[in-house]
Amino acid sequence: MMEAFLSLFADNSIFNPPTLMHYWSGFVTTVQLVFLSLLIGFVISLPLAILRTSKNKWINLPIWAFVYFFRGTPLLVQLYLIYYGTAQITGIQQTFLWDILSEAFYPCLIAFVLNTAAYTTEIFRGAIEATPRGEIEAAKAYGMGAAKRMRRIILPGAMRRALPAYANEVIFMLHASSIASVVTIVDLTGAARDIYARYYAPFEAFLFVAAIYLCMTFTLIYIFRKVEDKIMAHTKPLS
Amino acid sequence: MIDLHGYGPSIFQGAILTIEVAVLSLLVALFLGLLGAIAKLSSNPIPRAIATVYTTVIRGVPDLVLMLLIFFGGQMMMNEFSDWLYEEFDIDVFFNIDEFIAGVVTIGFIFGAYMAETFRGAFQSVNAGQIEAGYAYGMTRWQVFSRISFPQMMRHALPGLGNNWLVMLKTTALVSIIGLADMVRLASEAAKAVHEPFTFLIPVALVYLSLTAVSELLLNRLKIKYSAGTTRA
Repeated sequence: MMEAFLSLFADNSIFNPPTLMHYWSGFVTTVQLVFLSLLIGFVISLPLAILRTSKNKWINLPIWAFVYFFRGTPLLVQLYLIYYGTAQITGIQQTFLWDILSEAFYPCLIAFVLNTAAYTTEIFRGAIEATPRGEIEAAKAYGMGAAKRMRRIILPGAMRRALPAYANEVIFMLHASSIASVVTIVDLTGAARDIYARYYAPFEAFLFVAAIYLCMTFTLIYIFRKVEDKIMAHTKPLS
Repeated sequence: MIDLHGYGPSIFQGAILTIEVAVLSLLVALFLGLLGAIAKLSSNPIPRAIATVYTTVIRGVPDLVLMLLIFFGGQMMMNEFSDWLYEEFDIDVFFNIDEFIAGVVTIGFIFGAYMAETFRGAFQSVNAGQIEAGYAYGMTRWQVFSRISFPQMMRHALPGLGNNWLVMLKTTALVSIIGLADMVRLASEAAKAVHEPFTFLIPVALVYLSLTAVSELLLNRLKIKYSAGTTRA
């Protein structure tokens, strides 16, 4: 088994251990970027989605504008704005913030977080607004206050309804993260670009990385399908 | 005309280029999407398998990776082809992959996969009785397609098409990475040169926002057109 594996790599000059290690570190960076931006984006988007359904226009209008801007412009432009923009804020280079922002990883993470937060807010808003009227009326009839209603009735149902769209957003984020390679971050795509440049082998470098992304996508689809089956079990027919 | 330290006119040219790339890619994507959908719904397993592989693989890989693969890989294939021509026939030509064509073809090829899924779903939601009625009238397959399936399919496909278009419009920004002088590339270069990122990138963002707004307006019009003969529940 091991010998067959080794002989596979024996007669090619590109996929040697250093190259594979380069891909591996790219993989780690991609996973870190995607996982962190989804996690932080989720935490931000939940309160935003709830506030977005508020009837007070001073509350919901700024959130609408935030979502509209980040959904209506390319992620690449947002990344450039944050990556080049933060460096130009006067005085920032003298503060502790600069230690963080001068590395490409963090501006990139900020751009991804804001982007996914905007998309996720919109997904959750739709799910919250789709709550059946009867559920809310029943909760009111039980004497639940607004907060308890939100926590016990609206959010659990909304999370379930949002799941398919959220799964799409996760895959979208995985694919979008390849843009990080543009601002010198060596993620999976960045590693492929390095290896393309080193060996001048576009097919090997990019097809290999495409296969990795494909496997990651299928794994995510599989996981979300399992979760969906579990969560939506009560909506399935009995047989 | 907004001057922007003298970069205004060239960024405006870049905006035109962005629109050109988007519209041409849309045409490629619509064509491939229709073809893909017809292949997926075909009773012949071979086109069905090809179309399934196409839509699955393309939708599972990031746009940027595909774009780099087609751009750099395509260039390498062209180089090998011209080497071969030189060795075999002594013809000395050099083919250069044009960034514009590479960008349009790649984006069209990627979004063709998304369009195919949209069209497939839409074709399936056309009432089978309508199509049977068409054949009963003695229409040919093409007539059934162009007079019955296609117009009714469009009503179901439109929301998905609209979404794909809006995503595609933003994806065109990636052509700046392979060296095409679209407005994102020109603006980011200007931003680096003048050290004023916001001056250049905010207008670019606003152009994208207004393109989105105009698209939404046009899509609404199309929706009204293709909803003729249906009533809202």
